[in-house]
Amino acid sequence: MIKVTFIASDGRTFPVEIGEGLTAREAALFNDVPGIDGDCGGQCACATCHVLVDPAWIDQVGRLAEDSMEADLLQFAEGTTAQSRLACQVKLDARLDGIVLHVPEQQY
Amino acid sequence: MTTLTISPDQDSAELSRFVAGIPLAEIDVSRPSLFQSDKIGAFFERLRREDPVHYCAESSYGPYWSITRYDDIMAVDTNHKVYSSEAKLGGIAIQDMHSDQSNLELEMFIAMDQPKHDAQRKAVTPAVAPSNLLLLEPVIRERAGAILDALPVGEEIDWVKSVSVELTTMTLATLFDFPWDERARLTRWSDVTTAIPGAGIVDSFEQRREELIECAMYFKGLWDQRTDQPGGTDLISMMANSPATRDMPFLEFLGNLLLLIVGGNDTTRNSISGGVLALNRHPDQYDKLRRDPALIGSMVPEIIRWQTPLTHMRRTALEDSEIGGKRIAKGEKVVMWYLSGNRDETAIEQPEEFIIDRKNPRQHLSFGYGIHRCMGNRLAELQLRIIWEEIQKRFHFVEVVGEPERLLSNLVRGITRLPVKLHAH
Ligand code: HEM
Ligand code: FES
Repeated sequence: MIKVTFIASDGRTFPVEIGEGLTAREAALFNDVPGIDGDCGGQCACATCHVLVDPAWIDQVGRLAEDSMEADLLQFAEGTTAQSRLACQVKLDARLDGIVLHVPEQQY
Repeated sequence: MTTLTISPDQDSAELSRFVAGIPLAEIDVSRPSLFQSDKIGAFFERLRREDPVHYCAESSYGPYWSITRYDDIMAVDTNHKVYSSEAKLGGIAIQDMHSDQSNLELEMFIAMDQPKHDAQRKAVTPAVAPSNLLLLEPVIRERAGAILDALPVGEEIDWVKSVSVELTTMTLATLFDFPWDERARLTRWSDVTTAIPGAGIVDSFEQRREELIECAMYFKGLWDQRTDQPGGTDLISMMANSPATRDMPFLEFLGNLLLLIVGGNDTTRNSISGGVLALNRHPDQYDKLRRDPALIGSMVPEIIRWQTPLTHMRRTALEDSEIGGKRIAKGEKVVMWYLSGNRDETAIEQPEEFIIDRKNPRQHLSFGYGIHRCMGNRLAELQLRIIWEEIQKRFHFVEVVGEPERLLSNLVRGITRLPVKLHAH
């Protein structure tokens, strides 16, 4: 199991566990973390799973690739930063055990 | 091509047999009458099963491809580099956009490709951010309540005319802080924007042009009044004062403004009507709703799936490509039938059923996906949620007492008349 901590914009924390190989979107949805809807089913097509990767973890996760579908979608999202990613594109493996993800104040 | 005669009282088994007998190559799902009679589902069902990426060589709109399965639609919608929305190539509907007849060509980013689409969408997005719109919630709620309170209980009324149109016009007027007494003009301009001369709204392109110029002047007045008056939370104030949009060329501003009006007009109206129809056809779900009004949160996206207010969006292939094993040539017209994808049992459990507490109610195609995904999707849900909360407060049963009448259109899945009787609590 991989440990993931989601931190809401109001400071509430949601520590969850999820099987290796699944994504941060599933970690949030399976545990009812508020603010992450994931409308498209994780197909990188809706941008309703936007998270801000904690600065301590962004290098392990990797930054948004330029010219990707993910970047095309995130340009319309609110509250994006250099740590923005779509949770459905963050696959959880052992290297990411303990990762901290922030849920932006507004998602759409 | 064979002319099909479908009698209105044909039952669904009979209809399926009939559809099964048509040679595949002759199936043309673009005929507006199939939508008006609501028989289109049987055609899509056969295509999904036997020929999910279907070529129709001859139709009133020329040759076109139909994409009927959920996954294939998703693949086209998310591949904007190959499948273009550009107006000059024909745009976003099976009927090509007319780019020559009218001298007032409104540029709207829904029918643009990257990079222009992205720049414009980015500029307008903050205006419809739900956090901003939440500020308008109390006004929308109060005005919705007033419209509903004025309705006669126990008498037959047309839900579309008395409620759906009124509520939609009211929410639009509120979003734009449009002069209240003149709010019917908003609906008129929305209709005129999408009108094809001779189809009932306007008689000629000149008339359309004149009305749109009048609309432009009117909005110019509102824009000027609201410029340099910070603090307004309506969409015009926001666009007139935000650095991203304040210096927009006027015609661009008008195009974007009308896109916001048009985008939210028919779609919201038909979702309000469709919801009443769906609940009446599924009384067990209506009971569920009465027992637990909190289900409105998941019912709203389910209504939007069930109704599918826009049956399709179209793209034009920019290069040769392949979908579901079929070769699509550069320049060909590709139609994503959202209405079909939303009934695809390989993607959605019991897709024919209306289930207000579905597990993943937002996994539907009604808003499209990818870079053109509906910009107003959360706004639409917000409006519908408020409206349904107010309806549930007042009425135990909005009873459909006659057959609905449907719009003759292959794009807008519209209900034009819905006789109902209201029962108070
Ligand atoms: C239930 C109601 C609604 C439905 C079903 C709906 C559906 C759609 C669809 C199918 C698209 C095109 C997606 C594509 O081409 O892939 C779209 C785009 C759009 N919609 Fe909506 N819509 C609704 C309500 C609204 C509202 C209330 C607004 C007003 C803010 C709005 C504004 C827009 C805009 C601006 C676009 C263009 C987005 C782009 O091209 O990037 N829509 N909508
Ligand atoms: S769930 Fe849709 S983009 Fe991640």
